[in-house]
Amino acid sequence: MNTIPMSYYLVLSAVMFTLGAIGVIIRRNPLVMFMSLELMFNAANLTFVAFSNAFGNANGQIFVFFVMVVAAAEVAVGLALIVAIFRTRHSIDIDLMNTLKN
Amino acid sequence: MTNLLNPLVLLLLIPLAGTFLLWLIPGGRKSLVRWVALLTSLIAFGYSLWMLSQFQSTDPGLQLGVKIPWLQFGSTTVHFEVAVDGLSILMVMLTTFLTPIAILSTWTAVKEKVKGFMAFFLLLEAGMLGVFLAQDMILFYVFWEFTLVPMYFLIGIWGGERKVYAAVKFFLFTMSGSLLMLAAMLWLGLTQGTFSLPQLEGVGGMVPAAAGLLFGAFALAFAIKVPMFPLHTWLPDAHVEAPTAGSVILAGVLLKMGAYGFLRFNIPLFPQVAVKAAPWLALLAVIGIIYGAATAFVQKDVKKLVAYSSVSHLGFVVLGIFALNPLGLQGGILQMVNHGLSTGALFLLVGMIYERRHTRQMDQFGGLWKVMPVFGTLTLLVVLSSVGLPGLNGFVGEFTILMGAYTSTAINYTLAAILAATGVILAAVYLLHMYQHVFLGPVTHEENRFLKDLNAREILTLVPLLAVSAWIGLYPKPFFAIMAPAVDKLIAIVQPFIAVVK
Amino acid sequence: MENATTTLYFHLVPLVVFLPLAGLVINLLIGKKLGEVVSGTIASLASGAAFVVACLLMLSLRSNPEAVVVPFAEWIRVGGLAVDWAFRVDTLSVTMMLVVSGVGTLIHIYAIGYMHEDVRLNEDPGRFTRFFIYLNLFIAMMMILVSAESYLMTFVGWEGVGLCSYLLIGFWFEKGKEGTGNAIAAKKAFITNRVGDFGFLVAMFMIFLQFGTLSFSELAHVSAPVGALGTVVVAGIGLFLLLAVTGKSAQLPLFVWLPDAMAGPTPVSALIHAATMVTAGVYLVARSAPLFELSPVGPQAVAWVGTLTALFAATIAVGQYDIKKVLAYSTISQLGFMVAAVGMGAYVAGMFHLVTHAFFKALLFLSAGSVIQGVEHGHHHDPHADHYAEFDPQDMRNMGGLAGKMKVTTAVYIIGALALAGVAPLAGFFSKDEIVAFAFGKNPVMFTMLLLAAFFTAFYMARQVWMVFFGKARTTAAQGARENPLVMTIPLMVLAVLSLVGGALNLPHVETLGKWLEHTMEGLHPAEFNWLVAGISLAVAFTGIAAGWFFYGRRSWQPGQSDPMKKLLGPLFTAFERKWWVDEIYNALLLQPYKDLSAILAEPVDQKLIDGCANGLGRMTGWFSRGIGVLQNGLVRSYALVILAGVAAILGYLILR
Repeated sequence: MNTIPMSYYLVLSAVMFTLGAIGVIIRRNPLVMFMSLELMFNAANLTFVAFSNAFGNANGQIFVFFVMVVAAAEVAVGLALIVAIFRTRHSIDIDLMNTLKN
Repeated sequence: MTNLLNPLVLLLLIPLAGTFLLWLIPGGRKSLVRWVALLTSLIAFGYSLWMLSQFQSTDPGLQLGVKIPWLQFGSTTVHFEVAVDGLSILMVMLTTFLTPIAILSTWTAVKEKVKGFMAFFLLLEAGMLGVFLAQDMILFYVFWEFTLVPMYFLIGIWGGERKVYAAVKFFLFTMSGSLLMLAAMLWLGLTQGTFSLPQLEGVGGMVPAAAGLLFGAFALAFAIKVPMFPLHTWLPDAHVEAPTAGSVILAGVLLKMGAYGFLRFNIPLFPQVAVKAAPWLALLAVIGIIYGAATAFVQKDVKKLVAYSSVSHLGFVVLGIFALNPLGLQGGILQMVNHGLSTGALFLLVGMIYERRHTRQMDQFGGLWKVMPVFGTLTLLVVLSSVGLPGLNGFVGEFTILMGAYTSTAINYTLAAILAATGVILAAVYLLHMYQHVFLGPVTHEENRFLKDLNAREILTLVPLLAVSAWIGLYPKPFFAIMAPAVDKLIAIVQPFIAVVK
Repeated sequence: MENATTTLYFHLVPLVVFLPLAGLVINLLIGKKLGEVVSGTIASLASGAAFVVACLLMLSLRSNPEAVVVPFAEWIRVGGLAVDWAFRVDTLSVTMMLVVSGVGTLIHIYAIGYMHEDVRLNEDPGRFTRFFIYLNLFIAMMMILVSAESYLMTFVGWEGVGLCSYLLIGFWFEKGKEGTGNAIAAKKAFITNRVGDFGFLVAMFMIFLQFGTLSFSELAHVSAPVGALGTVVVAGIGLFLLLAVTGKSAQLPLFVWLPDAMAGPTPVSALIHAATMVTAGVYLVARSAPLFELSPVGPQAVAWVGTLTALFAATIAVGQYDIKKVLAYSTISQLGFMVAAVGMGAYVAGMFHLVTHAFFKALLFLSAGSVIQGVEHGHHHDPHADHYAEFDPQDMRNMGGLAGKMKVTTAVYIIGALALAGVAPLAGFFSKDEIVAFAFGKNPVMFTMLLLAAFFTAFYMARQVWMVFFGKARTTAAQGARENPLVMTIPLMVLAVLSLVGGALNLPHVETLGKWLEHTMEGLHPAEFNWLVAGISLAVAFTGIAAGWFFYGRRSWQPGQSDPMKKLLGPLFTAFERKWWVDEIYNALLLQPYKDLSAILAEPVDQKLIDGCANGLGRMTGWFSRGIGVLQNGLVRSYALVILAGVAAILGYLILR
């Protein structure tokens, strides 16, 4: 069970996080951006669980639950916003949502 | 909670209660709104008279005070600490005295949004009283900033053409100074473990390295408010755009907060720095006296002329304060009252003519004395009080200040007093210039020919001011007596350092 | 003094101030309803009552001649400064009180008649009462000035009379040149006086710093401070007091306001600008004698200023055509005599001349007023005159031949003129001779200049008398002139009698006034009567009159003629006529630069530089935020990128450090 070294988890987590971050930055579709965000959350979760396992401490796993709850809530709010925006502007292209400029 | 029934707390609550009452009245009932506001301010004045009777004028210390814990900053407690002493009692009286007069002057001048106007006015009164009563730095700061808000709206909503520009300028100037002051207060309070002013007396000696900077931060905030040259440019704009009552209070009380700040913070907290800075501040004051007088002379707008005259007159106040001797300080405090009376009255008069003609340009007038003899006579009296004619208030203040500055050891050059005395000539130059162009000569504009003379209400706003002016001019003893012990106490703090420097 | 309590009235001294004030208050409250005669009578009575009190004080002083201080109320007591409202009764102050209230009352009575006409000529009868309110205020202020116990209280009266002068010069504030002439003259008087008052203020500072008091009693016995600094201070006190004197008493260089002050109604010119207020400077020097004696600088400067003014103003008077302007410059010149006298230490002579001058100059001004109203009457009743054209009833070129029409006025005018010219045994001879005699012993240059001034005095008075009263009437207005009513001529006659016999106050070797004043002023130099000097000054007076007759009396002045002196003196006479261009010089050197400076300070400096800096700060903040604002492009992705970069930077720092 304990044969997989710690560094594997961390590398995987880092890769997932990087993919997620790149996704958030370069994609224009908010749905995809949300998915990328989820990827970043899960990268963090993976790290939490990995360290929790390594140190035999349950705190990390508790945090994971929090993160999942927050992520769910965030997606719920985000999707609602997207729907609202789509209703008014008939588009969900993120580059067109720049009215907060200046 | 019995502490809250303290007389000073009640004094603060009266205008606030008036505001609350106004809130309950429908805005459409303008006449009722006006009466409620006026009565509230009159009650506050009457109450402050009672308070004056309770005041022990021989006691140099703080009186009638109360101190309640309020906020906690780490281990340092901020108190709700109010009290009155000889330095502030006259300012409190001036505030409660001028507010009803200012409210009465708006009876017909303010027609729109009367309720809001009156509510802001009473809030302003509460704020001003708080500034003069607070004995805790944080509380002082809260009231200090609190007065900005109503004034900002009074100028910004009921002002003239460039009201927004003037209101923002007023706000930003004062704010930029007071933020530094706040930093100084926080640093001082947290390092010394108290925000209470009486406990901080002479604190400059304990933090010699920082004393200069702290003094500078306070001085900057107060110098902007006074305003001292060259930080004065917000004043003409604010005055020109402010409604009459706003100008009266602005000149009459708000500017005094700056001079009062010097008395309450700079001198007792940092006596050693005050002594060193005195010659320089006196120099700025003298420049202000002459500069204000010279610039007032060429103004075409009467209100702007009066505004610049304020710069000149307040130069006298600061000169007196930093003479750091009894003559200068008492003269300075008295001159604060005098300026409130004379300049307040001048603004009232300007407002009266503006209400009739909707202009304040001097070339639009001429020969008004013939058309409006009462107006002409009253204006002449006010002008004379402002130019410092002996027998009226201005002279007593200016003379004691100049005498104080001349004999001062803190201001070590007598030229300051001599140059400042030329301000007496220059004041006659610009005010008589104005008087001649507006009141003397033939009536040159047809529309001025049938202007109505002052009505009873307008006369009623001016008579109290003139009566007190004459009182101070002829028998200033009670005014000097009430401040003398507190001033002596202040001097006792500074005196050792004057001796050291010389 | 066993019966001292029954005969001393010193405690009444506050009444000399309060009685005129009472008259003022009555007229202020109900004067308009009382009608002209009652209102004027009340004012005159108020002033007359003050005169009665002054007489009582004089009687008290005769039996008890030492100075008495009557405290009234506390005033300013701050720090080391303690100045109270207190009155000082001594021979000097009572002399002034008598002159002020005595001459003042006569002028009040005269003014009832004069202003009755004047308010109608100026088409505002409602202003009658206001005139008397001002006059009473003036008497009260003048009384404060002379009865004060301290410099500061004197200063109250000093500025108070300045205010009255301002109000009365501008009494017809909508009249004068271009409608604003009178108002501008009033302003000029006040501001010029303020320059003098500045000197007074600074002198008070110096006195207080040096001696620690402003009270006359305490300053009477001070000794000169030691050391170089003390000498400078004492000299400075003298010089700054001199500045005050030049303002109030219209001496060089501040005399410019007095000729313009003639814009006021003629009783005002007589009362304020000839008999009383302008002599306050002389009084001040006499009062400050103990301080002046501490240093030779002050008195010498005073004497020179007086002498120069006496001559300078006399030359200008020669070239004037306005009947009142001639008298105005004459007043300046005579004040110069007085100032020179007190500067030389001849305090009695100066005060003596002050008193006699009050008599004859008030007489001359009031008679001039009578002449003016006579001529104006003639002008208004001339059916052919163009009443809209400019007609100057004060221009002597419009007069001539009035002697037959205004007999009383002519007679008293000639008495006044002879007294002024210094013809024995009229009042002016004795007082002027005393001054000249004093100068004879002191300084030959001053003596010569004063004699020259005396010559000009006699000359311009002769010129005036012949131009106004003799020859042929040059205008229809002068033809139609008529004598004025008794209410005006009776005061004239009283003053004429005083001008005739006023010299008796201080006859040589009797020296009533000298002995009287000795009680107040110690170490007075006795007047030295000198037959030689008396002869010279009398000869000078007669030469002046003869010269006047030669140029103006021998051949009657014709309408449209230019002054005979003009041919003789050429440009010099133009200089007289144009008042040596002093006004123009002041305008170029002082007023215009101040206006320019103010304009520069107000616009470029205040608005552009100082306010510009403040606004510039605001603008810079604006630019800065707009620059930063570009980063805020509204794209979530770029924000995320920035966040990422930030995280990377922080992590990088944490890892690499």
